[in-house]
Amino acid sequence: MNPVTTIRSRTVALPTRDIDTDQIIAARFLTTTSKDGLGKNAFFDLRYNKDGSLNEDFVLNRPAAEGCRILVAGNNFGCGSSREHAPWALLDYGFEAVISTEIADIFRSNSLKNGLVAIVVDVETHRWLLDNPGAEITIDVESTTITLPDGSAIEFAMDGFARHCLLEGIDQLGFLSKQQERIEMFEEARSWKP
Amino acid sequence: MSTPTTLFEKVWTDHVVVEETMATPAVLYIDLHIVHEVTTPQAFSVLRSQGLPVRRPDLTLATLDHSTPTTPVSTFKDLLVAGEGAANQVRQMEQNCEDFGLDLLGFGSGSRGIVHVIGPELGATQPGKTIVCGDSHSSTHGAFGALAFGIGTTEVGHVLATQCLLQRKPKTLAINVDGALPPGVTAKDLILAVIGKIGVDGGTGHVIEYRGDAIRALDMEARMTICNMSIEGGARAGMIAPDDTTIEYLQGRPRVPQGAEWEAGVARWQGLRTDDGARFDKSVTINASKLTPMVTFGTNPGMVVGIDEPVPDATDASFRKALDYMQVEPGKPMTEAAVDIVFVGSCTNGRLSDIEEAARVLEGRKIAPGVRMLVVPGSEQVKAAAEARGLDKVIIAAGAEWREAGCSMCIGMNGDIAQPGQLSVSTSNRNFEGRQGIGARTVLASPATAAASAVAGHVADPRSYA
Repeated sequence: MNPVTTIRSRTVALPTRDIDTDQIIAARFLTTTSKDGLGKNAFFDLRYNKDGSLNEDFVLNRPAAEGCRILVAGNNFGCGSSREHAPWALLDYGFEAVISTEIADIFRSNSLKNGLVAIVVDVETHRWLLDNPGAEITIDVESTTITLPDGSAIEFAMDGFARHCLLEGIDQLGFLSKQQERIEMFEEARSWKP
Repeated sequence: MSTPTTLFEKVWTDHVVVEETMATPAVLYIDLHIVHEVTTPQAFSVLRSQGLPVRRPDLTLATLDHSTPTTPVSTFKDLLVAGEGAANQVRQMEQNCEDFGLDLLGFGSGSRGIVHVIGPELGATQPGKTIVCGDSHSSTHGAFGALAFGIGTTEVGHVLATQCLLQRKPKTLAINVDGALPPGVTAKDLILAVIGKIGVDGGTGHVIEYRGDAIRALDMEARMTICNMSIEGGARAGMIAPDDTTIEYLQGRPRVPQGAEWEAGVARWQGLRTDDGARFDKSVTINASKLTPMVTFGTNPGMVVGIDEPVPDATDASFRKALDYMQVEPGKPMTEAAVDIVFVGSCTNGRLSDIEEAARVLEGRKIAPGVRMLVVPGSEQVKAAAEARGLDKVIIAAGAEWREAGCSMCIGMNGDIAQPGQLSVSTSNRNFEGRQGIGARTVLASPATAAASAVAGHVADPRSYA
C-alpha cells in the first residue's frame, strides 16, 4: 500500500442512503481472480442504461464529476456484502476517499487496508458537503481534519492504527507476522484446542 | 466476585493473543477459517508472492459454493454453465487448495455446500470458537455461541498466513425476544421484523446477542436463520448462547471432539452465557407473539411489512427511489404484487427444515402458470437428506426445479438469475437493487411464504396454505 497523507480534490455527492456493496460492484463482476481493472465496473448499473448506453443523468457521468477523487455519500455507505472488490473498484475508478455520516463496518475496514480513506463526519458537515458538491476540500490524514473552501477545519475520528498504516503505507500482514512468537505461545498455552 | 460479562466478552477474551492498546488493535486468534472460491484468489496470490504457507490447514475448511452451477457437474465443461470467469475461479480454487495443502470439499465429496451450511452440518462450527470467512453471512455460526464474522480478502490473507486478525473490540447489542412465535410465523419473519425495527445500520459497530424465550424455543436451523441476517442490521456478528438444543444438534457430527474431549467441550460450552447483571452497550426488546409473516417491499432488508399490512408512505428521496425501483405503491399490501420467479435456498434458508417448510405448502399443489420456482439445497448433504424424505418428488410434482447445492440466485453469480423487471420472492437475505439480476425486484420472505407465493402467483400469506 502506498502512503496516503493528504487528498485535495473537488467532491462529488451521491446522497442516496444505504448504498450497498452490490451497487458499488455487482456480483457478476466478482468472478475475477485479480484486484485490478475493477474501476470500469464500479456503480455499473447506475452509470449505464439497460441498453448499454451511458446514463447521462447519473451524477458520476456529469462533466463536473470528472477528476473528483472524494466521494460524499448518503448515510450507511458500503453496507451488505464483505466483498473487498468494492474498495478495489472505487480506488481503480479514481476515488481516494469516501465521506459519510456512517460507513458499514466491513467496508470501512477493507477500505482503510487498501488506502481508500473512509471518513465519518457529523450530520452538519455532511449536510454542507451534500449541498455543495464540487467544493474543493482537503483531507489531512496526519491531523485527521477536513479543510473546507472557507478555510475552516473539521476534525474527524480515525482509529490510530489505521491512521498510522495509511501515513506510513504499512502492510498489516507484515505487522501481524511479527507477532509470530506470541501466536505460538498462545497456541501452546490454550486450555482447549480447536 | 468477578465482574459479570457477556457471552461475547467471554469468547473474545478467550482468543486475545495480544491485548489492544490505543496505538494498536488486538491480535485475535481464529479457530476456524472457512474459504471459498470468490473471496480468496487474491489472498492466495499474496501468500504465493511472499512465499508464505497456510499456517493452519487443519483449522481451514475449504469448499466451492458461490460460482458453482446448480446443474450437475462432472467435467470442466459442466462448470461453464456458470460462465467462463466462474469456471476459472473454481479451477483456481482447486489449484490453490492443492498448492497450499488444503482439503477441499469439492464436487462429488458429498460434503460440498454453502460455507455457512456445511460448517454446522459437519460439526466444525462449535460454541466458543472464533470463526471467520470472506463472506458477510459468517454471522450464521453465531447461532452456536461462536464469535463469527465476515472479513475482506486482505484479512483472509492475514488468517491464512497467521491464523490471527487485527481487531478492535466491538460494542454489544442485546436483542431480547419475549413471548412465543404464533403458528405459521417463522424465524425468518422474526429476523425481518428485528431488522425492520433496528434499521439496516442499527447494529453497526456492535455484536448482537439474541436472547429471550422466543429465541430459546427455536431449533438450531431457525437460530442460524436469525444469526445469519445480523449483518443486514449492520452487525458483523450475532450470537445465541449454547444450550441443550445446541449440544443435541452437535452430538455425533463428524468434526466434534470425541470421548473425554466431547465431555470437556460440553462442560465448557455450558458456561458460555451472559452473566446476570452483565451490561450491554445497547438493548432492544421485541414481542414475538404479535408478529405475522413478514415480506420486504423495498431495496434493503429493513424495508419490511407484515403480509397483510400496507406499504408505508415514502419518507425521503432514498425511500421513494426504492419504491420506484420495486414498482410498489404505498398504501397497498404486498399481496397484490404478481410473482415471476421464486427462490428457496441460500445460507439463510437452504437447510433441510427450510425445504421441508416449502414442501409442506407445495404438497398436492401446483405452482401458478408462468411462475418459475427454483429450490436449491444448501449443501450436498441437505440435498441427500431431502431426497431421502422424498421432498424432491413433492417439489418436482408441483412444477418447481430441484437443483444441485450452492448459493445460486441469492447472489446470482452462477447464471441463476431473474430477468430485468421480474419480481422474485426469495428466501435469501438481500433485496438490494440488481442483487438477483440486473433490474430484478426481490421480495424477501420465509420458505413457507415463498412457496405459497409460487402457488398463488402473487405474494401470498402462507397461513392460508397450512
